[in-house]
Amino acid sequence: MNTILIVGATSAIAEEIAKLYAGQGQRLVLWGRNLNHLHSIQNNLEVLGAAEVFCFEIDLDVCGKHADLLEETVAKVGAIDIALIAHGVLPDQQTAQENFAAMRASLHTNFLSYASILTVLANYFEPRKRGTIASITSVAADRGRKSNYVYGAAKAGASAFTDGLRGRLSASGVHVVNIKPGMVDTPMTAHFKKGLLFASPKTVASGIVKAIRKNKSTAYVPGYWRLIMCIIRSIPEAIFKKTNF
Amino acid sequence: MNRCQSWGRYPKAVQEIRPVRWRDTTVPNSGDKSILPYGLGRSYGDSCLNDGQALLETSGMNRFIAFDETSGILRCEAGMSLDDILKLIVPKGWFLPTTPGTKFITVGGAIANDIHGKNHHISGTFGCHVRAFELLRSDGNRTLCTPESNTDLFKATIGGLGLTGLITWAEFGLKKVGNAWIDLESIKFTGIGEFLELSKESDEGWEYTVSWIDCVAQGKSMGRGIFMRGNHSPASVLSRKVHADPKITALFDCPDMMLNSLSIKVFNTVYYGKQRTKYVRSRVHYDPFFYPLDAVNEWNRVYGKRGFFQYQFVIPFNGGKETMEAILRIIAASKQGSFLSVIKTFGKKVSPGMLSFPKPGITLALDFPNRGESTLKLFDELDTVVAAAGGSVYPAKDARMSADFFQKAYPQWRDFSEFIDPKFSSSFWRRVTTGS
Ligand SMILES: Cc1cc2nc3c(=O)[nH]c(=O)nc-3n(C[C@H](O)[C@H](O)[C@H](O)COP(=O)(O)OP(=O)(O)OC[C@H]3O[C@@H](n4cnc5c(N)ncnc54)[C@H](O)[C@@H]3O)c2cc1C
Ligand SMILES: NC(=O)c1ccc[n+]([C@@H]2O[C@H](COP(=O)([O-])OP(=O)(O)OC[C@H]3O[C@@H](n4cnc5c(N)ncnc54)[C@H](OP(=O)(O)O)[C@@H]3O)[C@@H](O)[C@H]2O)c1
Repeated sequence: MNTILIVGATSAIAEEIAKLYAGQGQRLVLWGRNLNHLHSIQNNLEVLGAAEVFCFEIDLDVCGKHADLLEETVAKVGAIDIALIAHGVLPDQQTAQENFAAMRASLHTNFLSYASILTVLANYFEPRKRGTIASITSVAADRGRKSNYVYGAAKAGASAFTDGLRGRLSASGVHVVNIKPGMVDTPMTAHFKKGLLFASPKTVASGIVKAIRKNKSTAYVPGYWRLIMCIIRSIPEAIFKKTNF
Repeated sequence: MNRCQSWGRYPKAVQEIRPVRWRDTTVPNSGDKSILPYGLGRSYGDSCLNDGQALLETSGMNRFIAFDETSGILRCEAGMSLDDILKLIVPKGWFLPTTPGTKFITVGGAIANDIHGKNHHISGTFGCHVRAFELLRSDGNRTLCTPESNTDLFKATIGGLGLTGLITWAEFGLKKVGNAWIDLESIKFTGIGEFLELSKESDEGWEYTVSWIDCVAQGKSMGRGIFMRGNHSPASVLSRKVHADPKITALFDCPDMMLNSLSIKVFNTVYYGKQRTKYVRSRVHYDPFFYPLDAVNEWNRVYGKRGFFQYQFVIPFNGGKETMEAILRIIAASKQGSFLSVIKTFGKKVSPGMLSFPKPGITLALDFPNRGESTLKLFDELDTVVAAAGGSVYPAKDARMSADFFQKAYPQWRDFSEFIDPKFSSSFWRRVTTGS
């Protein structure tokens, strides 16, 4: 049995992941900023078969609290085996272009808070010489695009950070998984028109759980996004800059 | 956005969609638009639609809250699907207290239409098994409704077509089973009379009864069909295997001509002829027994872009045979009949639901491809016969009955109106109360 920490556990994708782990009878630790919602998730996971579920309330934007809460968590639940970081926001590109405060807030959540938590987790796992850190970035990290480069840039930062951390931790046997979901039908994309490329959180969750089990370095979920992004990356900039992606 | 449709894909409706994911939600403010909860859209007509207005999409509010494995009492959020419930409970030796012909419906939908299943003659409707639910009104009020407390709201909400407020969670009792299998007997019958005898004879010893009936056959073959009766397999059978997810999806809308009267006739004849002897015994998994249509995702697209209708009514036993025969004659003559016509008798168990559809008698459900005017005319003709027999049509399947017919068949509708949340409405309700 593993103890799995989920950071940003109220995310729709994270919740599906937690359900899969619950079905396997794992222990789950949930971090999120809405305790009521965490408790709803906890009830569900318990019925689904989780060995134990613990909830901790935290606004993840407050980076100074990350280390303390990890300490408090470990003191209460014991050692962590797997940590998954899932929180995030999708800023409105237009608003971000016009309003620096809005842009900064999203960069803060999507990049700085990731950098902070990844570091806190790395410092926890490194001396223990085992464990897995999985970080949800995005296919948006693979190329800056006109329609959402503010989000994409933060995700690219988180993605590079995750990859670098993998190098740092490889000597100590800690696995670091960079998870790049494609488009997923969740509250984050509620206002989008859903085309064929949209996957359900359930499908994406099972891809993520599999990637973690197999100690993948980078996982595109669903897998066909690897090919799509390969094509998108290979479009010459002279053409790409004129597209509306 | 046109994401939320009804199963018959008729009528088309456009509405603002507000997902609700958490049971501590408040009813989202929709300005001057009225709102209606929407589960998984397995109602056929317009009872789950709110054209030009707003829908609360509840399928993301789908968490278990508590499950007592000893007493079989389950509490979950209202957007939970029967599909997910079965995956949890079957391996633990429990089954749904009653279930419709698809597992892709929500608990909220099961309550709001007070659905019935193949065990109605023994177990009544879903509402008979509900022990409690929370109802959230647009003014923010939360009411715990049980058979003992807030009884009026409890009764109005069961079968209340989503109009009394948003059910956030519900608690209901399950049925204990030893395994995932059903012992099934299929018996060919030659007419309504024989069907009624078989029903009567099976009412006590058989938990599940349902029949397929050939609604195309005329003359001597009229009313022929196959009576199916089943019981949960004995405890000596151990497997509690859960159903698998559907593997096939109907990817496109079939051309309208695919379902013409010839293909329907061939299907019915072959289906009847497939079973060669009068009696066949078998042991089947619960999935093909209860949910044969669930094997194909989005099978409703087979009926093409224009969509299709289901017509389901109930008529009292008294004079039922003659009325049913008259109806079958009209349908056969219309040459519009359907692939899957299902006939069953309802039992006496009374539901708490104020507007519930089932009453003791015979119920028949048929699919009809949408052929426009001629199909609608046929339904009006059927309504007349059903009304004369003192019967009624099932709102969950209806897209077209007249306000006049609805109000005569459900005279309690006025008392029910008192319990409607002032911000809630539906396409169906506007149609059958104001005729618009
Ligand atoms: C293949 C098939 C077979 C079927 N067989 C049967 C059968 O044997 N017996 C039977 O009775 N029915 C049957 N039905 C009909 C189906 O069971 C009902 O229409 C059911 O109510 C659909 O549930 P849903 O979750 O899809 O709800 P929807 O169709 O989306 O909504 C149905 C109603 O429930 C209300 N509602 C949904 N959620 C809530 C909530 N949280 N709070 C308040 N109101 C809510 C809606 O406002 C609406 O009025 C069948 C349907 C199909 C497609
Ligand atoms: N959906 C997609 O198409 C898609 C594609 C690629 C990558 N992703 C990434 O996948 C991850 C999960 O997203 P999702 O699709 O599941 O969306 P989601 O359901 O909207 O989840 C995002 C979650 O992040 C939480 N969160 C945001 N800021 C927070 C903060 N400061 N403190 C605590 N929690 C905070 C939110 O909590 P509240 O509920 O409290 O607001 C919300 O639960 C995100 O990193 C997202 O960027 C999503």
